[in-house]
Amino acid sequence: MSIWALSTRDVLRLLRAALFGAGAELAALALMATAAWLLLRAAERPPLGALTVAIVGVRTLALLRGGLRYAERLAGHEVVLRWLGALRTRVYQALVPGSGLSGGDLVTRLVSDVDALQDAVLRWLLPAGVAALVAVVAVGVTATASIGAAGALAGGLLVAGVLLPWLVARITRRAAREDAPKRAELAERAVELVTGHRELVAAGALDDHRDRATAVVDRLARNERTVSCKVAAAAAAGTLVQLVTTVAVALLCHASVPWTAALTLAALTTFEVVLPLIGAARRVPEIRASAARVKAVLETPAPARGTRKVQSGHFRLDRAGVRYPGRVPALQHIDLDLPPGRRVGILGPSGAGKTTLLRLLLGSETPTDGQVLLDGHPLTDYADLPTLISGAEADAHVFHTTVRENLLLAKPDATDAELAEACATAGFDLALDRDTGPDGDALSGGQRQRLILARAVLAAPKVLVLDEPVEGLDPAHGDAVLANVLAKARGSVVLVTHRPEHLAGFDEVLTLEDGRALPASAAGPRPARP
Amino acid sequence: MPALPGLRRYLSVLAALAVLTAAAVLLQAEGLATLLTGGGVSSFLVVALLGRVALTWSHGVLSGRFAAAVRGGLRRRLLGSSPERAGVVATQVTRGVDATDSYLTGYLPSLVVSVVVPIAVVVRLFTTDLVSALVVTATLPLIPVFAILVGKHTAARTSRQWSLLLKLGGHFLDVVRGLGTLRVFGRASAQASTVRSMAAAHADATLKTLRVAFLSSLVLELVATMSVALVAVPIGFRLLSGSLDARTALLVLVLAPEAYLPLRAAGAKFHAAAEGLTALREALAVPVVSSRTAVVTRRRGAPSIVFERVSVRYAGVPALSEVDFSLPSGSRVALTGPSGSGKSTVLAVLLGFVPPSSGRVLVDGVDLRSLSPSDWLADVAWVPQRPTLFRESLASNISLGSAADVPAAARAAALDSVAAGLPAGFDTPVGELGEVLSAGQRQRVGLARALARTSAGLVLLDEPTARLDSRTESAVLSATRRLLPGRTAVLVAHRPAMLSLADRVIELRDGRVGAEVAA
Repeated sequence: MSIWALSTRDVLRLLRAALFGAGAELAALALMATAAWLLLRAAERPPLGALTVAIVGVRTLALLRGGLRYAERLAGHEVVLRWLGALRTRVYQALVPGSGLSGGDLVTRLVSDVDALQDAVLRWLLPAGVAALVAVVAVGVTATASIGAAGALAGGLLVAGVLLPWLVARITRRAAREDAPKRAELAERAVELVTGHRELVAAGALDDHRDRATAVVDRLARNERTVSCKVAAAAAAGTLVQLVTTVAVALLCHASVPWTAALTLAALTTFEVVLPLIGAARRVPEIRASAARVKAVLETPAPARGTRKVQSGHFRLDRAGVRYPGRVPALQHIDLDLPPGRRVGILGPSGAGKTTLLRLLLGSETPTDGQVLLDGHPLTDYADLPTLISGAEADAHVFHTTVRENLLLAKPDATDAELAEACATAGFDLALDRDTGPDGDALSGGQRQRLILARAVLAAPKVLVLDEPVEGLDPAHGDAVLANVLAKARGSVVLVTHRPEHLAGFDEVLTLEDGRALPASAAGPRPARP
Repeated sequence: MPALPGLRRYLSVLAALAVLTAAAVLLQAEGLATLLTGGGVSSFLVVALLGRVALTWSHGVLSGRFAAAVRGGLRRRLLGSSPERAGVVATQVTRGVDATDSYLTGYLPSLVVSVVVPIAVVVRLFTTDLVSALVVTATLPLIPVFAILVGKHTAARTSRQWSLLLKLGGHFLDVVRGLGTLRVFGRASAQASTVRSMAAAHADATLKTLRVAFLSSLVLELVATMSVALVAVPIGFRLLSGSLDARTALLVLVLAPEAYLPLRAAGAKFHAAAEGLTALREALAVPVVSSRTAVVTRRRGAPSIVFERVSVRYAGVPALSEVDFSLPSGSRVALTGPSGSGKSTVLAVLLGFVPPSSGRVLVDGVDLRSLSPSDWLADVAWVPQRPTLFRESLASNISLGSAADVPAAARAAALDSVAAGLPAGFDTPVGELGEVLSAGQRQRVGLARALARTSAGLVLLDEPTARLDSRTESAVLSATRRLLPGRTAVLVAHRPAMLSLADRVIELRDGRVGAEVAA
């Protein structure tokens, strides 16, 4: 699927914007040309009647240019915004069935990639189209007076509008390709310097490490200078072509003096439309990279959807494991039996694979080794897994809307009384119409956590998964909230926590370390309750 | 405008270039007027042509150099910064810094030109044709005045719509970020229509604001073109009556638009520049780590340490409250307590990374704050809770630049078998992004780093066996046991095996010393 897929309406809108733009630029061109003609014809002292049309023309064109430009900008933005809306929808639909992007940075990047494509239209497609239209008209009109002058103008415009932008795009693309590994290294070293700052200071190795990162910075700065010199040369070449072509038109055009002056000034002004393309070409590699990343998302084949309906809800992990190429296994050889009603606790230090195990159960992650079965079938066979298993993930998202809308995700037809009950269970006590802010920023950390928990309570699935659900709450309060939530849970529960005392009354405790389950005896003694 | 190194010089060179540009514009107008009235190619025209080409080039080179220098400076600054989230520095040091370009190389140069060139043009017009000069002088100020008026009106309107626009525009990011959560509740597909309707609503709301926002450029264009018409038509009549010669008339016609052109160029770059300026401000807003300077040095060897009513606050929240304890030289204390009780803060204070907000720490009777940090830290071996891996070989990650016996340290930390399993042994590159090592193996790298510092007098261990299985734990314990004799040690520990290495145990609760028991 092409990312540019434009609907007929989009094409018409785009055409309209281009025509407005070309009209505005041609009006500017014609204004200078007519004014020059008017003056030089007036110098020949003809009767006033010979000038009337030009005088009216000058005044009309002056008004026309501003109006058309305004119309072009609005039309251009309209086509881009409408198209962007359609593109966002398509990207979203392509993301829905996949396993999702991992990492917040990748998500932010994809979203800004999609938005960057509007620049492709507004700063490239439209200006280039307008420049081409204006150039064709300018060359055509010049040709009626002198073929030689028209030839010179066409040649100059091709160099300034096609050859030089192409060169600039090539230079920046090559530089971007050469810089890419250095930029990746810089990003990695910067993260190390920030996260490992204290360790480096303690080891007396800070200066050494910073020098190595600074060397990369200097190398990049050197490359940037080289590129800007080359681009500056291209821009200077553009100016040279503009002025030489203008003089050539004046010398080659053997029409009357007023007519020659008009065409010469028109040629000079035509370049004002074409020359900005040279600078804009610097962004071409960037836009292409964004387009390629968006395209990759759109072209990801959707995995086959299952058709099976969930029955009793008996999960079983059979030597299940998850490993990503080139990394240590996130999880390996996990056996777990989870019949309806069973409560399983998962303990272990961070990085041990607890969240990966939950993701396997939720079907957000598919095992690379072993099997995850639900009533004897792989999870991918099922169409309605969310009706059976859901809960509060560690990275659960709070949407930028109201508390109510956030809760209703879990049960769209819930009444306010049901919402209030879920909130009470989770110890969440803010008004339902309260705005949550972006990712729950308008709430305190504790409120945000309890909202996520209330959502899980409202969903009331047969299998409830909770990933460190009271982390960040005051311990005593957190324990009480968790006890409430567990008391309300009707079916199976899988609880990830780092506090063994949360797991009183659980049927099984699984302790993970480095992606493996520890034998029950090695799990270590449970510290006494405080 | 943020203060940037070299900005003043950059602006003055830009101003000099702008003056030369103005001269070239004037010469070019003279040359064109001569050319178009049949005078042929004059020397003015040739000089102007060459001058403009040279100036375009120097503008590009100069702004490119300055931008490269500024971005280099920003990157170096970010390398020594301490942002709230470490992850953002990766984006900021690359794409974030790139985004400043539109401001530095686009807007600033055109702003300088837009001040100098119109003035030069108006002065020249006054010496040529008074009426035209007055028309241009009267209309030129209208551009900034209208731009400001329309800008204010737009700002008032958009600020009313701002939160709506922000919410509608941010909706896509919001749902893509929350896609995992939507999937868990089976609501992902249902949101597709919301994405469409929110995008449509965003387009409608944005277009509504743009209709007003674009008025400022409409005014700009209208003033510029109308004044060309205002200049040209009366001149035409004067030519007709014979009171003006053709060359002067053409000179005025060519010059008049040049007075408006730079303002239009700067205006066109204003929007993109605002983003660049934001990026610049963001890069400058990240706090930079300041380092302590003190000069007192002490004799190496196991120190005696005294905490005297030490309190620490992070952003007003107390982390330690009046902590008192003393460690004789060569003694070993274990710190226990629930997470968040201040154990790691005690270590951070001892390392000198966190200054006490009140109270003091005495090392061999000397206030820690007066000790030279590098000299003091050279005598400390520290294992943090989650050691950072650097983009180096495994061996360099253990030695961290010192001339340590890497194989011996690795053996003591039970890391030699891990190294043997890696493709290039100790020379295998490891790093934060590669995840070649597991969490437990990373922990052992941290331990090996400390074990490699065989001469350290003070040992600080922050839960060194937390992520180890029992077999590795016992190997690490025996290595730690061999490390401790003759040194002062603070061990943050939970497991009984680790606690057994200490002479006594201090329990911390909510930043206070709870109980102190002999082990």
